[in-house]
Amino acid sequence: MVDVPIALQFVSVSFSYPALDVLEDVSFHFHSGEFIALVGPNGSGKTTLLKLILGLEQPQKGAITLLGQNPKKSSSLIGYVPQHASYDPTFPITVQEVVRMGMVASTGRGQRKQELEQALWALGQVELAHLASRPYSDLSGGQRRRVLVARALCAKPSMLILDEPAANMDKESERRLYATLANLKGETTILIVTHDMRQVSDLTDRVFCIDAHKQGKVGRTVVQHALEDYEDGTKRIRHDVHLSGDQCQKEGLDG
Amino acid sequence: MDSLASFFSALVSADFPFVRNAFLAGLLSSVLFGVLGSVVTVKRIAGLAGAISHAVLGGIGIALYLSATGKVPGLSPMVGAVVFALLSAIIIGTVSLKSKQREDTVIQAIWAIGMSIGVLFMAKTPGYTDPSSYLFGNILLISNQDLVLLLLLDVVVVFLAWRFYPQIEASAFDEEFAQVRGIHTRSVFLIILSVTAVAVVLLQTFVGIVMVIAMLTLPAGTAGYTAKNLASMMVGATLYAFFFSFSGLAVGWVVDVPVGAMVVVIAGAFFLGKAAGNLITKRRRGHDQVAKSTS
Repeated sequence: MVDVPIALQFVSVSFSYPALDVLEDVSFHFHSGEFIALVGPNGSGKTTLLKLILGLEQPQKGAITLLGQNPKKSSSLIGYVPQHASYDPTFPITVQEVVRMGMVASTGRGQRKQELEQALWALGQVELAHLASRPYSDLSGGQRRRVLVARALCAKPSMLILDEPAANMDKESERRLYATLANLKGETTILIVTHDMRQVSDLTDRVFCIDAHKQGKVGRTVVQHALEDYEDGTKRIRHDVHLSGDQCQKEGLDG
Repeated sequence: MDSLASFFSALVSADFPFVRNAFLAGLLSSVLFGVLGSVVTVKRIAGLAGAISHAVLGGIGIALYLSATGKVPGLSPMVGAVVFALLSAIIIGTVSLKSKQREDTVIQAIWAIGMSIGVLFMAKTPGYTDPSSYLFGNILLISNQDLVLLLLLDVVVVFLAWRFYPQIEASAFDEEFAQVRGIHTRSVFLIILSVTAVAVVLLQTFVGIVMVIAMLTLPAGTAGYTAKNLASMMVGATLYAFFFSFSGLAVGWVVDVPVGAMVVVIAGAFFLGKAAGNLITKRRRGHDQVAKSTS
């Protein structure tokens, strides 16, 4: 993996809220094209870590590099799929308009025709192009999540970040979602953030867990764990096998 | 029918300019109610707009007092209203961004304190001042200068809504995603709140505080039941607002009742009727689906 550029790198990052040390001395990295799972139980600091990656929060110590630059500057290269748990079903908007939102700039208006073409392409990627004109609120939870994936894909990002992508999803929708991600794997770096501590998709190359420091530090850190194939086609996280956050999969297995 | 015919003849007659001005004010304010009301509704900040619109009574009361007692001669109530509207928008906006859990309490506090200050100062203002005239306004007292002001605000609001439509839509639909796309959602929120505050001041001096908050929410709420997107909600809400204003003006003329209150009653009846119809349709669909699945 040495020749492949680093997609995300944390170097000795610490972050705390006024009365709470969340992350302390966190160092890890992964490379472009990898399929990464970042796992941690609820309340472990996943959301904070995600905000740091997305440039919505700044670390008090250390440095974060996302696609070669400060996360705030690389936001246009990121396709983000939030949980969108606070979705308002009365908001009047069509599927196609939600997807076009993926190309919205910080100011001004884009080119309508180009945005529309991109939106239909992105909807095709998640096999929902036939629902483009439907109200977003008419869709099932699984379909809505795939529309949000299409929205993230609309700007053809270098990296896709998905927050709890399979939450509240039925098995069929989950299967379709991972089929879409399988098609993107390799071309696009994919980071999935999840609370499932036991197993991850078989697409996963490496898994990072938010864990307590062994040296007795207050804030949490990120530790890489080994993966092993599971009989149902997923991968099981080996919590008993720790790797350094900065140890690449190839190095970890070979060395 | 004769009364209705007399209303239409008054509308086109040069002898009744106040009726024509009221009609034009209804038309021009409908654009503000439709566009701003839709944004306020999808952003779910109707409570904030309500607090601002009621708090301006404090500014009006103080301005009337200072003017009537000669402390600041000729001070317009609108100046007091603008100061109070922007002050309350800043306080509510800051609390909403920094301490969301306190937002509800602060909204109610600003609402109650602003109105109470207004009543207190009006009570001490020499001569007779009726707070209810500011609550319900009088659309029949609108001047040509007021219409020009309304037109200017229409142009500004429509331009801002068109120019920043994608950012407004994105930050209202999914604030977190909008932030990731580099949109300054806090600035968008504060600008919306400030523009709403200024519009509320201008509108409430014409049509009254109660009608402002009713018309910021009811036409947009009614249009929201059938709108496909935010833009069509804005257009629909503008048409509904105009229909409510016009029919309120006509009915108010025919049965000789205050126009502002009539407009609110008509708008409220439409909104509640639409809500009830929507509920019944949903229940019927639910019953049909259960019947299909059991057969």
